[in-house]
Amino acid sequence: MEQSQFSRMLKPDRDVGIVGYGAYIPRFRLPASEVSRVWRGGSGGAPIEEKAVAGLDEDVITMSIEAARNALARTDIHPGHIRAVWVGSESHPYSVKPTSTVVAEAIGATPHTLAADWEFACKAGTEAVQAAIGFVGSKMADYALAIGMDTAQGRPGDALEYTAGAGGAAFILGPEEQSLAAVEGSYSFATDTPDFWRRADEKYPEHGERFTGEPAYFRHITSAAEALMESMETTPEDYRFAVFHQPNTKFPQRVARSLGFSTEQIETGLLVPRIGNVYAGSALVGFTAILDVASPGDRILLVSYGSGAGSDAISLRVTDQLTGRQDAAPSTESYIARRIEIDYATYARYRGKLALQ
Amino acid sequence: MTNSNFPPQDIYIIGVGMTPAGEHWEKSLRELALDAMIPARQEAGGIAPEALYVANMLAPVLSRQSHLGALLADFAGMRGIEAVTLEAAGASGGMALRHAVMAIASGLVRSALVVGVEKFSERVSSEIEAALSTAGDADFESVHGVTQTALAAMLMRRYQVEFSAPSDAFAGFSVTAHANGAGNPLAMFQRAIKAESYQRAGMVSDPLNMFDAAPMADGAAALMVAAGDAIPADSRYPKIRIAASSAAVDAVALHDRRDPLDFSAVRDSTAEALKQARLERDQIDLFEVHDRYTIYSALTLEAAGYAERGKAWQLAQNGQVSLNGSLPITTFGGSKARGDTGGANGVYQAAEATLQLQGRAGEIQIRNAKTAMIQALGGAGATAVTHILTGSETA
Repeated sequence: MEQSQFSRMLKPDRDVGIVGYGAYIPRFRLPASEVSRVWRGGSGGAPIEEKAVAGLDEDVITMSIEAARNALARTDIHPGHIRAVWVGSESHPYSVKPTSTVVAEAIGATPHTLAADWEFACKAGTEAVQAAIGFVGSKMADYALAIGMDTAQGRPGDALEYTAGAGGAAFILGPEEQSLAAVEGSYSFATDTPDFWRRADEKYPEHGERFTGEPAYFRHITSAAEALMESMETTPEDYRFAVFHQPNTKFPQRVARSLGFSTEQIETGLLVPRIGNVYAGSALVGFTAILDVASPGDRILLVSYGSGAGSDAISLRVTDQLTGRQDAAPSTESYIARRIEIDYATYARYRGKLALQ
Repeated sequence: MTNSNFPPQDIYIIGVGMTPAGEHWEKSLRELALDAMIPARQEAGGIAPEALYVANMLAPVLSRQSHLGALLADFAGMRGIEAVTLEAAGASGGMALRHAVMAIASGLVRSALVVGVEKFSERVSSEIEAALSTAGDADFESVHGVTQTALAAMLMRRYQVEFSAPSDAFAGFSVTAHANGAGNPLAMFQRAIKAESYQRAGMVSDPLNMFDAAPMADGAAALMVAAGDAIPADSRYPKIRIAASSAAVDAVALHDRRDPLDFSAVRDSTAEALKQARLERDQIDLFEVHDRYTIYSALTLEAAGYAERGKAWQLAQNGQVSLNGSLPITTFGGSKARGDTGGANGVYQAAEATLQLQGRAGEIQIRNAKTAMIQALGGAGATAVTHILTGSETA
C-alpha cells in the first residue's frame, strides 16, 4: 500500500470503550534509600522515593483478581458475559499454565471465555487492551477483560532494584455506548530493539544501560504518540491528561515535555515516585488514577512502552457514565495511601531473594 | 626513538573530518569511520590516498571485528590500496598518524588517509571497563582486577601525598576542558562546569572522582596526509605541516617504573619532537595533551617540561592552560569534555589542532596559533606519541 493512502490509526468497525476499570497496588513499600543503604553505602541519588512490594501470599494471579473485581464493581455486566480474559505481565507465576484461567475462574468468567496470557515486557497490558478493542470492535464479543499486572524483578544491587515494583490494573472493554471512557483511536509502533530482556529460566532481567533511553524508550513513545495525534489531528492541548510508561520519574517527565505536554497534564497519572515501575501495569495504573478524578468530556492520551521494543498509544474521551462509578471500588490513591514501610531484609524475604538451599 | 633528521621532506595534513563524539546507537563502526573519511577526503581535493592507516583499540573485543584495514578501505570504496590497523591502546591515533608520516617520509607512499574510530556503545559498561583494562599489564595488573581508572587513582593518591597537593588540586583541568568543550559543537559535553561541581562529584575510585575521569565516547576522526609535491592545487584550506613525529614507550606496569610519577615516555617523545621541529617549549602555542584522567594532564605537563614536578595543577588553577593562557591545552574539550574516543583520540587531536592552525576553530579559536603540539598516550603513559604541527606561514 502506498504510504500516502495508509491510515496509521487503528479503529474498529464498532466503536468501543472502557465499561469498567480497577486498580490494585500491594501495601508494602520499600524506600529507595533502603536499596541505596544496602548497596551503595547510602550514597548516590535515587530514581524514585519508594516502590510497592507484593506480600508473601501475593502474585500476579491474586493481584489480577483484585483489580478485575474492582473493574467489575464499576460496571453492571455479569462476569459470565466476558468472552476474553487476557493478562499481560512479565511475572506470570507459571511458565506453562495460564494466569488468565485462574483469574477467569475466580471472577466467574468461565467457561465461555477465551483465556490467554500476554507477554511484551512492560507493554503486555496495553497490548491486551489493544486486542480487546479489536475483539469487541469486530463484534466477535461484547465484553473482553484486559489486565496489565506485575511483580517486577530487579537483580539485587542493580539500578532496576530501586524501581522494580508491584501493581497494575484491569479494564473491561465493551460497546462504546455503555462505556465510561470511549476509545477514540489507537496506534502501535514496534521495532527489534534489544534494550532489556530476560532469557527463559533466568531469574533477573538484563539491560543495555543507557541504550534503554534514547533509542528505546524515547524513540518508541515519541513515535507512537506523534503518529496517533497526527492521524487523529489532535495536539497536546486537546488532552486534559496524559500518561506514559514510567520506569523512573525522569523519563516520563522528559518525554512529556518533548511532546509538548505540561506538568499539570501528567502529574495525576505519574505514580512511579510512590509505587515504582510496575512494568506491564505501569502506564495502566497511572491511567486508573486519572479516571478516578476525570470528568465527562476530558480527553486522555495513554502511551505504554515495552522493551524489545514497542509502544501502544490510545486516545480516550471520558463519557457521562463515569460519574457515580468512580466510587464503586477503591481508588488508586487509596491503595497508594494504604502503606506499610518495610526494610531491605523484609523485602529480601518477601521477594524470595534469599537462597534457602 | 627516532633520529632527529626529520623530516626528509615536507609532509602535510590537507584534510580533516570528525564525527560528533558521543553515543552513536544507530551507526556501526564502519559507518562512523566513513562519516569522518568522506569530509577529510573532500577537503583534500582530488588526491586519492595510496594507503589507509586505521587507529583502533577495542574493535576486536567490543565489536568482535578485527581486520579493520581491509574492512574500512572496502567500505570507503578504496579496494586495491594498502590498509592496516595500528594499535597502541589510547595512543593508537597518534601511532597511526606516525605510520602515515613514516610511509610518506620513506617515499614508498605519497599520500595516506588516517582514520581513528572507536565504538564503545556496542557493550555495557562492565564489558567496556574490562576491555579498557587490556591496555594494562594483563599478567601483573589486570589479573588482580586493577582497572585503568584504579591505576590513575593510585597515581593521583601518590601525587597528593608526595607533593602535598590539596584534594581539589586537579579540578582546574576538568574545569578548563569543560569550558573549552562548550565551544566545540562536536563535543559530548558542551556545558561549562563550576569548581563546586567538581567538589560535589561522586567518587569513582578514591581519590579520583567523576570529573577526574573522561567519559568514553563513540567517534571517528580522519586526516588526509600527503607529501608536499603530491598536494593538489585545489585543496580547500591552508595545508598544515607536520614538523615533528616521535614515539617512545615506558614499562606498561606502573610497578615496573622507577618513579611512577615520572611519565618518561612523555618526557622522551616531547624532547625528541621539539628537537625535530627546532622549537623551544615556549614556542608551542597550544598543547593537546592526553587527559583521559586529570592526573595525566598534570604528569604530562611536568614530564614535558612545562611545570616543575608537583606544580602542574597550579597552571590549571591559575588559568595558564585556558584558551587565553600562556599554554592552552585540550582546546576542543579534550577527552574530558569532547569525550574519550579511545584509539581515535590521537586523530581527533590532530584534526582539532589543524583547525586551530587554519583559524577554523570558531569560538574556541586560539588567536595567532602557529604551532601546536599533540600527544596521544597509551595506558598510564606507557606509550607516548607526539607530533608538532605548524601553520603554513611558518613552514
